[in-house]
Amino acid sequence: MAQSPVDISTLRDLVASTDMAFVQELIEAFLEDGREQIAAMRQSLASGDVLVFQRAAHSLKSSSASIGALEFSELAKELEMLAKQANLPAAPEKLEQIASTFPTVEQALQAFQHGS
Amino acid sequence: MDRRHAAESGRLLVVDDNKVNRLLLGRGLEQHGHSVEFAENGLQALEMLRKGGFDLVLLDIMMPELDGYQVLEQLTTEPDLRDIPVIMTSANDELDSVVRCIEMGAEDFLVKPPNPVLLKARIGASLEKKRLRDQQRQLIRRFATPEVAEELLANGFELGGKFVDASAMFSDIRGFTSIAESQSPTDTIELLNTYYTLMFDAISGQGGTVNQMVGDGLMAIFGAPVPHTDHPLRAVRAALEMVELVQLFNQGQSAQGKAPIQIGIGIASGRVIAGFTGTQSRATYTCVGDTVNLAARLEAHTKVLGHPILIDENTWQGLGGEIPATEQEAAQLRGKSAAVRVFAVPLPTASPEPQGPR
Repeated sequence: MAQSPVDISTLRDLVASTDMAFVQELIEAFLEDGREQIAAMRQSLASGDVLVFQRAAHSLKSSSASIGALEFSELAKELEMLAKQANLPAAPEKLEQIASTFPTVEQALQAFQHGS
Repeated sequence: MDRRHAAESGRLLVVDDNKVNRLLLGRGLEQHGHSVEFAENGLQALEMLRKGGFDLVLLDIMMPELDGYQVLEQLTTEPDLRDIPVIMTSANDELDSVVRCIEMGAEDFLVKPPNPVLLKARIGASLEKKRLRDQQRQLIRRFATPEVAEELLANGFELGGKFVDASAMFSDIRGFTSIAESQSPTDTIELLNTYYTLMFDAISGQGGTVNQMVGDGLMAIFGAPVPHTDHPLRAVRAALEMVELVQLFNQGQSAQGKAPIQIGIGIASGRVIAGFTGTQSRATYTCVGDTVNLAARLEAHTKVLGHPILIDENTWQGLGGEIPATEQEAAQLRGKSAAVRVFAVPLPTASPEPQGPR
């Protein structure tokens, strides 16, 4: 892995402008939301509901960017684009990519929570 | 004005389906001293807004149930909600959507996650604008009828004096002083209140605005601040209705053994200087100028001619024959060097049953 899945300086800035307890809460919210949105994307892909798929990708894009998961956010953005273009056939591969990236983001966030 | 008002705190609603965004926005706003509530979708947001009390909304665009566009659209249709400023919160790659929202009435936008300095500045500016708008709204409510106020608030108007083409009306009760002396003070005030209620109804029913009440007299203006090109017609229609309402009122008076009242109305049309005057606590829409003076003189002249409604030449022309008026002898009015053409508006042939010889 060339790059950390989470940009630590984004998290440090957040802690500096708020406090650690708040950032913990934010991370918990992101992890819970991330699991839900990935499940929602799988489900909507199966049922062909483009709008729900797009909304889930959009939501993940912005929340992951907020906590510094930049690469993950980029993948979510690509998924959102596919949905916008109604190009769902191209989505499963990318969806599996984002689903497998999620645990690495989770680990990095947990390392940050316990490490600082 | 004190610019420090911009730092005032407000009650804000954050609408976003994503919890991370809600937490981040809420935290930033609370740090600036605002109280923050949250809605997870557009439907919930509207329900909360309808309960009232919010100063500003931060609105996400893409949401389940009702999205940001639908919320904006709904806000503009509800009079109680359409003045609440809305700031769109968006991702940095959806600026085209933001443009659409601003065209739909949103006031500003913020890119998520928001930069704290921008967040503070944009919220502060929006709250300050809302405060000024609320102040203006209160000012309007103080002098205008609810209908006129609504129309003004919806269509906008200019503060500051300007020339407008309008019809000015003066009306008062004949021999009011002797009526007041012949009855109890309670009866007199009750009489005045009933009288004013009736006159206001007739005037605002024709889109006019009452801008002065002194004792038993009142002044009204048609064609401003709400523009109506047919203001002479509206003023004369209102005058006819006023006289008719007084006749009805008199039937009630005589049934109670009380004295009937008579009113005199003068109307003149033309250029007037109009604008808002007053102080912070009391404001009024005022019209001044020759046209206004002429209306006052015509009202006084009704006593001379014994006719309840007198109008000037401009008003008569403005009627375009739609309401008949008969020319009277030209009058030498105070403040006028030349004699002035005067027209009387006859009352529509009243009730079918004859009133008996006068």
